[in-house]
Amino acid sequence: MRDASTMHHDRRVQEEPELTRHDPTAAATTVPGPADRDVLSGTCPPAVPDTAWEDLVSAALLGTERRPIPAAGDRDPAAALLDAAAVRTLERRAGLLPAVARPLPSPAPADPRDPLPPAARHRLATLLADRAAGGRRGTAPVLAELLPQWLTAANRHGYRAPDDLLPGLLDAARARSDLRDGVLTFAGPRGRWLAGLNPDWKFALRAAATGAAGAAVPSDPAGVHRLWEEGLFAERTALLTALRQRDPAGGLDLLRSSWPAERAEDRLMFLDALRTGLGPADEAFLEEVLGDRSRNVRTLASELLALLPGSALSERMARRAAACVVPQRTPGGVVVVVEAPHECDAGMQRDGITVRPPSGRGERSWWLSRLLESAPLGLWGERFGGLTPEEIVALPVADGRQEELHAAWGRAAVARGDVDWSRALLGSPLAADAGATAGERTAMLAVLPADERAEWVAGHVSAYGPGDAFQFLGACAVPWSEPLGRAVVDALDIARDAGGYPWSLSGVMGLAERCLDPELSGRLEALTVAAEEPAGPAPGTEGYWSEAFQRLAGTLRLRAALHRELDDPGAEG
Amino acid sequence: MTRRSFGDMTQRERWTADQVLALAPDAASRKAGSRLGAAGPWSATGTDGEAVWGLCRGSGSRPYRTVVALRGPSAEAGPACTCSCPSRKFPCKHALGLLLLWTEGPAAVGQGEPPNFAQVWLEGRSRRAARSALPEAAGAGRGADPDSSRRKQARRAGRMAAGAVELEQRLTDLLRGGIAGADRAGYAPWDETAARMVDAQAPGLAARVRELGSVAGSGGGWPERLLEECALLHLLDRGLLLTDGLPAPLAATVRTRAGVTTEAADVLADPGARVRDRWLVTARQDCTEGTLTTRRIWLQGERSGRAAVLLSYGAAGRTPPQAFPPGPALDAEVAYYPGGQPLRAVLGEQFGTSPGGPPSGSGPAAALQAYAAALRGDPWLDAWPVVLSGVVPVPGAAGAPGDTGWQVADPAAGAGDAPALPVDPRAPATGLWRLASVSGGRPVTVFGLCGHRGFLPLTAWTPGSAEGVAL
Repeated sequence: MRDASTMHHDRRVQEEPELTRHDPTAAATTVPGPADRDVLSGTCPPAVPDTAWEDLVSAALLGTERRPIPAAGDRDPAAALLDAAAVRTLERRAGLLPAVARPLPSPAPADPRDPLPPAARHRLATLLADRAAGGRRGTAPVLAELLPQWLTAANRHGYRAPDDLLPGLLDAARARSDLRDGVLTFAGPRGRWLAGLNPDWKFALRAAATGAAGAAVPSDPAGVHRLWEEGLFAERTALLTALRQRDPAGGLDLLRSSWPAERAEDRLMFLDALRTGLGPADEAFLEEVLGDRSRNVRTLASELLALLPGSALSERMARRAAACVVPQRTPGGVVVVVEAPHECDAGMQRDGITVRPPSGRGERSWWLSRLLESAPLGLWGERFGGLTPEEIVALPVADGRQEELHAAWGRAAVARGDVDWSRALLGSPLAADAGATAGERTAMLAVLPADERAEWVAGHVSAYGPGDAFQFLGACAVPWSEPLGRAVVDALDIARDAGGYPWSLSGVMGLAERCLDPELSGRLEALTVAAEEPAGPAPGTEGYWSEAFQRLAGTLRLRAALHRELDDPGAEG
Repeated sequence: MTRRSFGDMTQRERWTADQVLALAPDAASRKAGSRLGAAGPWSATGTDGEAVWGLCRGSGSRPYRTVVALRGPSAEAGPACTCSCPSRKFPCKHALGLLLLWTEGPAAVGQGEPPNFAQVWLEGRSRRAARSALPEAAGAGRGADPDSSRRKQARRAGRMAAGAVELEQRLTDLLRGGIAGADRAGYAPWDETAARMVDAQAPGLAARVRELGSVAGSGGGWPERLLEECALLHLLDRGLLLTDGLPAPLAATVRTRAGVTTEAADVLADPGARVRDRWLVTARQDCTEGTLTTRRIWLQGERSGRAAVLLSYGAAGRTPPQAFPPGPALDAEVAYYPGGQPLRAVLGEQFGTSPGGPPSGSGPAAALQAYAAALRGDPWLDAWPVVLSGVVPVPGAAGAPGDTGWQVADPAAGAGDAPALPVDPRAPATGLWRLASVSGGRPVTVFGLCGHRGFLPLTAWTPGSAEGVAL
């Protein structure tokens, strides 16, 4: 009994909470009578027992034997209950009234960008639909892999995202963080508005706050200060970075205003923001920070000072480094002699060099590499009597310390974006033993101009095949230059002839699908035809290779179409 | 009857990719077809305006041969296709991919003469179509024996009435003892009764009985819902036992609800059932139950303001035949099936397509009134198709206490308390977010089904846009 009424009450709250109901008697007068007398006439007394719905439900739960409904008369109480319930049900349904609206969302801000051309719009829908699918693809292109470049191209044109695809885009970006920047730019103000309504898309608001979609700097100084004083950590970092871009001195003043009160982790991140717009005006502050309580902050200050040309710290580092690397004349020519420092003195420590090396490294070797990284590279030309970086790198190094010396110079070149030194240290792509690891060489490659980078990688791929080139290829500009693309396709063809399986090169194949210039698809057609007889050492590989090349060619054609739809919408008719 | 097909249109223009994807039997085919809609695997493609053909490289050594005839033999039948692949889906992913490629224009699939493999199939098809047209014409003249069919009908009515009596017994027994334990009884007792109703040739009653089994286990508030459904089933039983005393339209509704079907040809033959109008397609809805796919095409008459729904069925992975040409609006006759509140219809003569636009609509109160009025003609309606105009979707707040479901609100109707319809809790979240995004917090026109469980949105139009967004 008690159970029944509780359940019943709960249900009223849960089930249709928002539709209010007419009073049954009012319903009879205002809404055309739904409980059609046509159907019920003759089957029940003219006046249906006027029993409340709640009472009908309790009678139904307990059964009419235990709880007969009133006014059933001499009829079967169960049939009378069903009659009455039918009338009440229809009254309830016909008497529904609108609910009261909850507060409406504020309207989305306007987005003045042009809408996508129809073909491109449809393409995007297909790319998004393919996102969730997986498994072996055979000859069909992997569409989801093309989403990042589609977004980049669409954003380059400044198109606005179709409203009905925004949920799909935000879901895609939620699942794949590499899509987030592209999606958020494309989604624009309406995307951020929508993300604000759905907790699943919180990331979009976070990213907007950290400046992925352009942080806003308040226009008045008081607003800037208020944001700096009261903002969240991410907002403050974004503000400082944005301010440094336009007014480095103003940014520095802002940071100094609260510096002593900041926590060590925050000091580290704010200091890192000074990389933007770093200049001589920052030197005095950075010198002060060399005395910071936190070791990590001290080390970072030292790194920044070392990057500042002509800073007192870089001069001090230059003096120390010069003492360690000495050109020595021998009968056979000049030899480089490397002498690591014997101690990390107070001056070196004050300049941010830590005494204890990371585990696995000798302390003298560690001090040496820190000195070499911190010294300006221009020093070595003078030290070696006017030699070029190529000539210096070519000199023999005594005691087998070449690898160590060159690696330190390489890190210095990468940190400073020094093209001449990077080029010299990279050497020829054909050189078999470069000494440097693939990671170090990739970092130096990234410093070179795009076409020189592509040329170097093409040379490497031609000499050593595609297997080792994965990292280098990833550093090249997309789409790959013509010589680079040609070299990769030829190398893949040679690998096929050698009888390997295509999936042993799946990384390079995947890169090629995304990065080859679509213009090359014609060159691939010939390769997509499977040889008549599987004559290779591994029977059956021909079919797989043919399939892999077909997918490659298909993906390239798709990419060509994808860019054409965005670049030249008229051509798609 | 002469019937014009929409072939004129298909001959001149290529379809849009969306029209092609509407043919896909399920989401997996749509995906697979989209992937094949690129030139990659295709060779020897061509079209002559009537058909499209091509060779598709798959995993096997021989390419699949795919041919699609763009026009069916009659207006009702959609495109037909054949493919040498082993897939049992229809159309298969290769046919979809080929059509998608064809939508990209002459650069992707050029004009040409059908190659041999396509020619053979296309000719065989037109021969078969010509043959099957003959007996139909002959059959119309022959006519079935009217006496025997009347006897058959009377026999069935008798069986159904007996079934209704038996069901009444079952329902009153249930209420006499009380429904309190029904949520623990499981489906078995209902399934047994449902089987009895199938024997009584009343599949409509059987389906409702089976439904009772799931209502009993449907969580909080089930006793109230179970009583509602029992009462409505009781109402249907009573109606079925009294059909002779009911007005003809209501009697037709009762018979249809109980599971008596009416032939489309009979519907079309009744001149009083036909309504000519400019029909706007307000939604296309596919739903799969077991192995059967039901496609509903919702229409709204521009002049008459009437709603109609065209139903078609496809079995086991096959697309329901498209009972309506692609395109937003059509000048045509539709014929309504008989009933107290006619809604289901069949497409009759067609006079041409035209561009569509947002249909005209009303507010939440009028939508509920429309549902209430429809209940008068058909008390078993769960919902009624309505167009809401000038409404703003209000997202539900998951996790917050109190009333947290989605709403569609009408801000223009009142400055303070705007009226709103709660959204049917069964509406999928993806569609609702699409609705919110399309609206951008501003008023939109929404077509959907308004019923006692709330409003189920199906299509949305922004002001001034010709094409609706499916939700």
